[in-house]
Amino acid sequence: METLGRAFANALGLLWNMDSALIETVVLTLQVTLVALVIALVIGIPIGAAIGLTRHLPGRWLIVPLIYTGMGLPPVTVGLFTYLVLSNQGPLGGLGWLFTPAGMIVAQTIIAFPLVVGLTMAAVQGVEPNLPVQMLSLGATRRQVATVTLLEARVGVTAAVVAAYGAIISEVGAVMLVGGNIEGETRVLTTAIVLETRRGNFALAMALGIILLSLAFLTNFAFHRLQVHQGVR
Amino acid sequence: MRTRIIPFVVILLLAASCAGENSGEERVLRLATTTSTNDSGLLDALLPAFEEEHNTRVDVVAVGTGQAIALGEAGDADVILVHARSREEAFVAEGHGTARSDVMYNDFVIVGPTDDPASVDGATLASDALAAIAATGATFASRGDDSGTHSKERSLWEAAGMETDPDADWYKSLGQGMGSTLNYANEVGAYTLTDRGTFLAQGESLQGLRVMVGGASIDENDDPALLNPYGVIPVNPDKGGIDAELAEAFVEWLTSIETQAMIETFGVESFGQPLFYPDSETWRSR
Amino acid sequence: MTAAYQLTDVRHCYGDRCVVDIPTLEVHSGEILGLVGPSGAGKSTLLRLLDFLETPTQGRITYAGTEIDSDASLAVRRDVTTVFQRPMLLKRSVAANVRIGRKLHGLDAKDGSTERWLDRLGLTDLADAPARTLSAGEAQRVAFARALVVEPSVLLLDEPTGNLDPYNVGLLEEIVRSENAERGTTIVVVTHDVFQARRLADRTGLMVSGRMIELAETEAFFSAPQQPQTAAFVRGDLLI
Repeated sequence: METLGRAFANALGLLWNMDSALIETVVLTLQVTLVALVIALVIGIPIGAAIGLTRHLPGRWLIVPLIYTGMGLPPVTVGLFTYLVLSNQGPLGGLGWLFTPAGMIVAQTIIAFPLVVGLTMAAVQGVEPNLPVQMLSLGATRRQVATVTLLEARVGVTAAVVAAYGAIISEVGAVMLVGGNIEGETRVLTTAIVLETRRGNFALAMALGIILLSLAFLTNFAFHRLQVHQGVR
Repeated sequence: MRTRIIPFVVILLLAASCAGENSGEERVLRLATTTSTNDSGLLDALLPAFEEEHNTRVDVVAVGTGQAIALGEAGDADVILVHARSREEAFVAEGHGTARSDVMYNDFVIVGPTDDPASVDGATLASDALAAIAATGATFASRGDDSGTHSKERSLWEAAGMETDPDADWYKSLGQGMGSTLNYANEVGAYTLTDRGTFLAQGESLQGLRVMVGGASIDENDDPALLNPYGVIPVNPDKGGIDAELAEAFVEWLTSIETQAMIETFGVESFGQPLFYPDSETWRSR
Repeated sequence: MTAAYQLTDVRHCYGDRCVVDIPTLEVHSGEILGLVGPSGAGKSTLLRLLDFLETPTQGRITYAGTEIDSDASLAVRRDVTTVFQRPMLLKRSVAANVRIGRKLHGLDAKDGSTERWLDRLGLTDLADAPARTLSAGEAQRVAFARALVVEPSVLLLDEPTGNLDPYNVGLLEEIVRSENAERGTTIVVVTHDVFQARRLADRTGLMVSGRMIELAETEAFFSAPQQPQTAAFVRGDLLI
């Protein structure tokens, strides 16, 4: 208990005197997470909406269970897969992305993508099925129907964004394997926490944990405000 | 009705089996140690004899040397078995542990990419090799995790007359375990300092690396600075909740002739050479 | 009198079951056509065919002189719109729900037409209210407004006032009559309420089991039905 209290107090001190290495870690964490999130959203939302809106999708019996499985992919497995693909002996070794932020983004995008597709699909399917028909009748194009339906399902779609963000910003297995936790290059908050705990620097590890939680909270707070705002109108 | 009861029975049995682990008269020794002793399989080979002899169970927490020492400082372990001489001495000097005893040693080697861009192959002294690596700017991967290996690496940089943890592009501080660091070095073609045991155990997957400094076995290692001694320290019982009696018994057993003989033969069958060399006072004066 | 629609040998089937089977039907431009019949007669399916939401399994549909194949052009689809019995409104304000019609058509949504229709349907006070909180009658008025704001040539009504109170029924029927009279909008109204057909329609047809049993001027349809089934339906007998 004493250790916990002391670690917490020291953590606050470290936060107050944030040094450049710490700031670098925070910035990289946000960069990797947000880039991966945006890629996953740009690809995943249209695909999720298409699957949700297409009534007679060939292969749905296979696609949907695959997506649901993907939503529970253990990050460390994704990390291993990405590692092997990006490794020198792997098919994409030529890119030289292993142990770089680009490689970490690839891994995190793979983790976020099924979450975005699956939850968007579920959100779109939760919209009253008569709505797309009535929009078509009003003269909407297929694309307009998808847009209107997504807007209608915005609370669910926001949940998809939040879930994907939370999954990748807090994920450690994949970024550790693929990024390598290299100081000043690929070290992010989660891998730094693992390292500092191993080093016995519990106060610093705790400080990093507080930063990670704060980032997650601030972002989710913003998303929630957005959700509430949308819900009213 | 019966089918409904089955799940409850299963859950109860599971709960009972969990609780059972902590019941009974069995004593528990909490051993904080480094990953190298555990990952090599040494503890699995040694500990059953101690457990049987003292009707006890040893809970092994295998972490980096830094965390192992921190566990001892916090009183979350009864005894620590680590390899970072100066920090072990500080641990005792600060009153966290009662006394340090020699246990065994193995050695470190510097491994590097087979094309050897820094031309360090065959160097006698590790510090010379490090100086050459720094001079050519060849990539060097550091554990960077305050482990015993990292401590050793720092002392070698000092011996080379350089600052430790160089702030340079070619110096990659990974903050990861030995296995991951070796994989990284193999993948990007970097030099690194490793304990010989882990390098041998992982050899299959490290085709791009070979030993540059330290020779094929410990007998060929001509740099005394690369020796890697392990020490065992019982945690100071003043911290409370420490089973000092059992910790002392463990130290005595670990340094005994019989146990030391087991250490000497461990790994010979698999790797053609021992992974650890016995070095307790009792063993030396036998 | 020009034809808005010309149907020839149109059949729409799900497997062996044909829910619409109409050898010939002409919908006159600018008329109000009432369709009555028991539930399951295929009236709603016929409306979906006329709205080009579905393509008939066989037969030809000509719209404004042009034969429409399986993929109706966007311009044709936008010329026709349906108000359904249960309108699905967006989780937005009443005004936004009306404006969506013009937005979908890529038309200027700030031309005042939204406000005009809100006013005509007595919704001005509710303009900023969330659409999902409306009563059934208010919601149906919003659905009429969002359909009419795009000024369709053809307005299809599928049981538009089912379950509504007399006030709303009267209001919406008035809108239908004036839209038809002022803009010459062609209107096809499906209703289970024979009296509504009699009040609104120029011509009325009886559909049973996918077939058009009788189609006549509304007055003649009600006062001098030619078919026994029509006579029975008008009397209020159950038709199988």
